[in-house]
Amino acid sequence: MSVLVYTESDKGKFKKNALEVASYAHKVAQELGTNVTAVTINADDDASLGNYGVSKVLKVSNEQLGTFNAKAYANTIAQAVEAEGAKVIIISSSADTKFLGPILTAKLNAGYVPNVVAAPDSTSPFVVKRTAFSNKGFAHTEISSETKIVGVSNNAYGVHENNVSASVESFDPTLGDSDFTTKSVEIDKVVGKATIADADVVVSGGRGLKGPENWGMIEELAEILGAATACSKPVSDLGWRSHGEHVGQTGKPVASNLYIAIGISGAIQHLAGVSASKTKVVINNDPEAPFFKAADYGIVGDAFEVVPKLIEKLKEFKAQNA
Amino acid sequence: MKILVCISNVPDTTSKINFAEGDTKFDTNGVQFVINPNDEFGLTRAMWFKEKQGAAVHVATVGGAQTEPTIRKALAIGADEAIRINAEPTDGFFVARQLAEIVKNGGYDLVIAGRESIDYNGGMVPGILATLLDMNFVNTCIGLEVDGTSATAMREIDGGKEKISTSLPLVIGGQKGLVEESDLRIPNMRGIMMARKKALNVVEPIDAPKLTNDQKFEKPAAKGPVTLVDADNVGELINLLHNEAKVI
Repeated sequence: MSVLVYTESDKGKFKKNALEVASYAHKVAQELGTNVTAVTINADDDASLGNYGVSKVLKVSNEQLGTFNAKAYANTIAQAVEAEGAKVIIISSSADTKFLGPILTAKLNAGYVPNVVAAPDSTSPFVVKRTAFSNKGFAHTEISSETKIVGVSNNAYGVHENNVSASVESFDPTLGDSDFTTKSVEIDKVVGKATIADADVVVSGGRGLKGPENWGMIEELAEILGAATACSKPVSDLGWRSHGEHVGQTGKPVASNLYIAIGISGAIQHLAGVSASKTKVVINNDPEAPFFKAADYGIVGDAFEVVPKLIEKLKEFKAQNA
Repeated sequence: MKILVCISNVPDTTSKINFAEGDTKFDTNGVQFVINPNDEFGLTRAMWFKEKQGAAVHVATVGGAQTEPTIRKALAIGADEAIRINAEPTDGFFVARQLAEIVKNGGYDLVIAGRESIDYNGGMVPGILATLLDMNFVNTCIGLEVDGTSATAMREIDGGKEKISTSLPLVIGGQKGLVEESDLRIPNMRGIMMARKKALNVVEPIDAPKLTNDQKFEKPAAKGPVTLVDADNVGELINLLHNEAKVI
């Protein structure tokens, strides 16, 4: 009865969240006195999961699963769970995994707790700490069903190395037409740029930037830092930036290592959405802006003067530390 | 087309969150409740289907009598009928089973729910519901068109979007993008008057287990004061981020 973890990959390469969930699964397996089995779908370097505590990999290679399909992926994972007799399943919090998670939950008749930020408080009873109220609080939630699914938040538990030797077995799920009744027609995705979901650094602009034409410096700053760009709700409502960049309570949550807010006053909904970020920096000309109460570092000043200076200094810093 | 919009009754987004009874319950004192924002985008899209394609729109919620003002608001916005399942929505699987019963008996072609409620953030009700009833499912849905029994949905993915083709019966987990913020409707007096006459049927829950249980809540730890850096000395910020926070 191993702990089963679904380790996500993109074009064959494991995502950072795959290494986080593998690390988390190892921790849970230790508590339960068992091992970790990972299920991978069209991944390349399966044995590398051993570095994060995985003992066995069920390797799925299937052309039909070349493009993400929530139902077919959930069915594949459910079959792996059954084959292993696993009772604890660990998954990530990516958009794709939050899509397949509820389907898997229903198939396995499992209790599912997403947004988990720490190793279990206890495994008997099984209690985990998760965010609630859109990051304005935490809940300690017990999963009382026999089969349990834990969804681990991005950048919360972290990646931990545990050198285990992983055996790799191929695993062939039985899939039928009924698994493919939703079809991906077209994917429009930014390539070669960090996304808000997995970026270490996020640079975000607000209404203080006065108009979409002023985003050049935000993008330049983001590029130097290898950061994703984001924006506040008013900015996306005004159509200055796409909805995909809106972070906050009704937008995307941010859990980066560094979050830089420029010209964002810090409404309670925005602060909730970005509160899981580890270090927060605010640049705003209003010293009374609520964001200063939530930030670790702040500069009171005009963004149009401060940001270009910051870009210049960062270039020097990068040149010195290259 | 018969549409069911699932509504969650949640604290207004500006609410300060506190806990009561030894941190075992959410403190509703002084909190204003609203239609969950993700559900409201879906409800507004449903109104579009009603006006342009003649759809019938019902709303359902799982909750106690205190949720009725929120349901009445959905009726005032334009839903035709409402159903309240008289139970506390403390577990996602439990809630999905209750709604599945309504969907099965009501013969709905399209179920629109929010991708998550902004209070307990489970994000699982639409997906479980779809799977229990073997309906198609699209999550984080930011656009939806229906033509006969075929449907085209846009889904937000990490770093972009995906166009999906599928068919009814369908469940979506919706969010902003289904309609724009500026499309949201404030009920007018006529809507409010009409809502009083519309059916709000209260049904008792079916027997279903609760698989999860929030034992205790806590608020985030208080944060220390901000370290201010002079606007003329931005190099110091880089120094702090590199040497103190160690994030660059």
